[in-house]
Amino acid sequence: MNKPLKNETLQTEITNISRRNLLKGFALTGFVLAVGMPFVGFAEGEEAPKYGRDAMPNGWVDNPLIFVAIAEDGTVTIVSHRSEMGQGVRTSLPMVVADELEADWGRVKVIQAPGDEERYGNQDTDGSRSVRHFFMPMRNVGAAARMMLEAAAAAHWGVSVDEVFAENHQIKHRPSGKTLGYGELAKAASQLDVPEREKLQLKTADQFRYIGKQSTKLIDGEDIVTGKAIYGIDIQLDGMAYAVIARPPVYGGKVKSFDDSETMKVPGVIKVVTLKGSPPPAIFNPLGGIAVIAENTWAAMRGREKLKIEWDHGENVSYNSDEYRQKMLEAGSKSGGKVLRSTGDITKAMESADKTFKADYYVPHLSQAPMEPPVATARIQDGKCEVWAPTQAAQAGRDTVAKWLDMSSDDVTVHVTLLGGGFGRKSKPDYLVEAALLSKAMDGRAVQVTWSREDDLHNGYLHTVSIEHLEAGVNEQGKTTAWLHRTVAPSISSTFDAASEHQMPIELGMGVMNIPFAIDNIQLENPAAKAHTRIGWFRSVANIPRAFAIQSFIAEMANELDQDHKAFLLELIGPARKIDPIELKDEWNYGESPEAYPLDTGRLRRVVEAVCEKANWGRDLPAGRGLGLATHYSFVTYTAAIVEVEVSEDGDLSIPRIDIAVDCGPQVNPERIRSQMEGACIMGVSLAMVGEISFKDGAVQEDNFDGYQVTRMNESPREIHVHLLPSEDFDTPLGGVGEPGLPPIAPALCNAIFAATGKRIRDLPIRYQLES
Amino acid sequence: MKLSINGASHEVNLPEEMPILWTLRDVLGLTGTKFGCGKALCGACTVMLDGQPIRSCSTPISAAKDKQITTIEAVSEDKVGRAIQQAWVELGVPQCGYCQSGQVVSATALLRTNSNPSDTDIDNAMSGNICRCGTYNRIRDAIKLAATKSGDAQ
Repeated sequence: MNKPLKNETLQTEITNISRRNLLKGFALTGFVLAVGMPFVGFAEGEEAPKYGRDAMPNGWVDNPLIFVAIAEDGTVTIVSHRSEMGQGVRTSLPMVVADELEADWGRVKVIQAPGDEERYGNQDTDGSRSVRHFFMPMRNVGAAARMMLEAAAAAHWGVSVDEVFAENHQIKHRPSGKTLGYGELAKAASQLDVPEREKLQLKTADQFRYIGKQSTKLIDGEDIVTGKAIYGIDIQLDGMAYAVIARPPVYGGKVKSFDDSETMKVPGVIKVVTLKGSPPPAIFNPLGGIAVIAENTWAAMRGREKLKIEWDHGENVSYNSDEYRQKMLEAGSKSGGKVLRSTGDITKAMESADKTFKADYYVPHLSQAPMEPPVATARIQDGKCEVWAPTQAAQAGRDTVAKWLDMSSDDVTVHVTLLGGGFGRKSKPDYLVEAALLSKAMDGRAVQVTWSREDDLHNGYLHTVSIEHLEAGVNEQGKTTAWLHRTVAPSISSTFDAASEHQMPIELGMGVMNIPFAIDNIQLENPAAKAHTRIGWFRSVANIPRAFAIQSFIAEMANELDQDHKAFLLELIGPARKIDPIELKDEWNYGESPEAYPLDTGRLRRVVEAVCEKANWGRDLPAGRGLGLATHYSFVTYTAAIVEVEVSEDGDLSIPRIDIAVDCGPQVNPERIRSQMEGACIMGVSLAMVGEISFKDGAVQEDNFDGYQVTRMNESPREIHVHLLPSEDFDTPLGGVGEPGLPPIAPALCNAIFAATGKRIRDLPIRYQLES
Repeated sequence: MKLSINGASHEVNLPEEMPILWTLRDVLGLTGTKFGCGKALCGACTVMLDGQPIRSCSTPISAAKDKQITTIEAVSEDKVGRAIQQAWVELGVPQCGYCQSGQVVSATALLRTNSNPSDTDIDNAMSGNICRCGTYNRIRDAIKLAATKSGDAQ
């Protein structure tokens, strides 16, 4: 067997992201990673409730000595502590630092922090909050570093600091025109005290060089298109072995017996290892199973095919998607579930209504299916474990690995590679633990565990399955007077508490509690639903079924009442007002302060108006064509979409155009906001058209991209127009970007199909429902 | 057996049915070519075999006998390939970027045989390459941009 070639560049890059070398490397150059505790954004023992960035575990840090290093040649190195999974955060946050620092983007290098929240602040990259929560801390980092360089230059010249200013990688002395480069000043600047936060001089918006502009190129763009970018699967260490694992096909199952005699005959197979799993709740623990370790991934896969395993499936073997759907429908059809909120008198209001409506909307399980399946590499040496992984949860990964190895977290290092997609799957670090356990079984030798696509679909942390049961009553004047919503879905909380059958505030705050409608009588209920598989979060999470149900239902009502959908929707939203989430009993509000982030119906109205104007709502279309509208508020951002469809007589559907209007507050990196919205439109089309994971006898039925389909280029919308609504200034609160584009797409698409064909879709995916 | 990859010859002692993908990645350390499905369904593993795009996860090394394998690592040596890569960067095509090695190889193979592809040509050539982030519209625009630039250069 040939020995893997060592890729020198790769090795160097990987070594460079280890913390020890980071320290060493920086100490030789400019900003010395130094002294004292990092700035942490909240005080110990604080009594007042914390929101936003202050409420995140381990808070935030804005010490420039942690995040910035400047080499003598002027190269500015900025640490990205959040994980890059396609949202552009390795560009956007360092770009914020570079802007306040007045650094030339062409001379900026970005390195990735290992998992260490005590040092860097929160690293849990999900919830559409990296820029939302770290815009200000990163501005502080850049401004503080800039002021240190200015002070160093002033001292060097023996002039007042008021006479110097930073401009594009230089400090200039205004009266004399003298200049000093950042590289020349770095060492002296690093010796100075970091300015106090209160004394930082931040730029004004008109001084921004990169923030709010379209011009910043992706930091990893060139590496990606030349194949040099390093993802989790690209890690190659000396003597590394490759592993795949046969995991229990049913959640909670375990190995009864196995025979590996044929496996051991496969050339290249080194060892077969029984991996202990953890019974439900899954949390972030591995599922266990039988691992095959080999000289290369292919040999490991072939070895696994030869395993003979008898499974004890456990009680979830009874899980069948069709039966479960019926159960959920029954639960949704009757009252008696947990009442979440009751305003007015729903029974009376329904009885006295002139017209009533009732519908159930179904969204099946979905798999995130990032193009890079879960993969991790681990090595144990001298009582310490190093893991390299594409993870959204570096600190949780570190802690979970430490727990399973019975080590202190201090002895575990998690190096974060680029993520080949995440979408929530890679928030769960179970696969990091698998790699660590396999390295341990190989006496510390480096082991890479790769999930096949089948593994990814069969053993995921799936998007839940749901029925949203909606009822409404309308009076003689056409005004909606009653609104009943029963949401039935296994909760993410079941992954952390096996007995949990009700949804958490986080899930209910995604379009159940925080509906923006001006209706007098509202009842919200949550009947019990038991989970039979690992439920996790998928991009936009519970907003997907809620937007699909509510925005479809409103379109159905408008049609029945012979009203224009847009006018009816705006009537339901009511006048522009700021609703206190507490009044709505929304306990979550995306973790944000109710004062800073009320539910602003004015902003919601504005995105609806904007998208209708841009897509020319109400225009005449030829037969077989239709426009569909939907809006949704999620991750403290307001979006509205219009999908245009064309449906042939045979039921073939194409999408000539999608318009999406977005109000996410200030736009830090508009170019990446656009790309996130474009991607969300396509992912929304994908899950609506073809997305479905189904269960039979407890096991997932779909094996690969033939069974679990995703939208391809030929089925993709031909045009996507993203309309970013201007925001007042950069002092207003930021909204999320990665997720909010997704929820309105499925309902807008189904509303367009209705407009084109008269066919109403209440069950996703649409798949063959248009064939006559 | 002997494999010719990116103009260099490699002697490997491997089972003939071993897929090109795992030979490139795990044996030769050429990690630019990605694993996505293992069943020729997603295109992340696309490489060129004598200029034709193939799915390396499902093509055994025996099929590469006496043929030239070109991977993402060598695409920039090709004029058309470089134009594709530059257009990708200029239009900010990648999101996570994982599928883009395969997308760039498929697009390069297309433009090398069809310098002015129609939307249908692009659909036909690119629909075997899944992008879960949803960069299709920018991919289409970038192919057209590269076609224009390559055309201008000639």
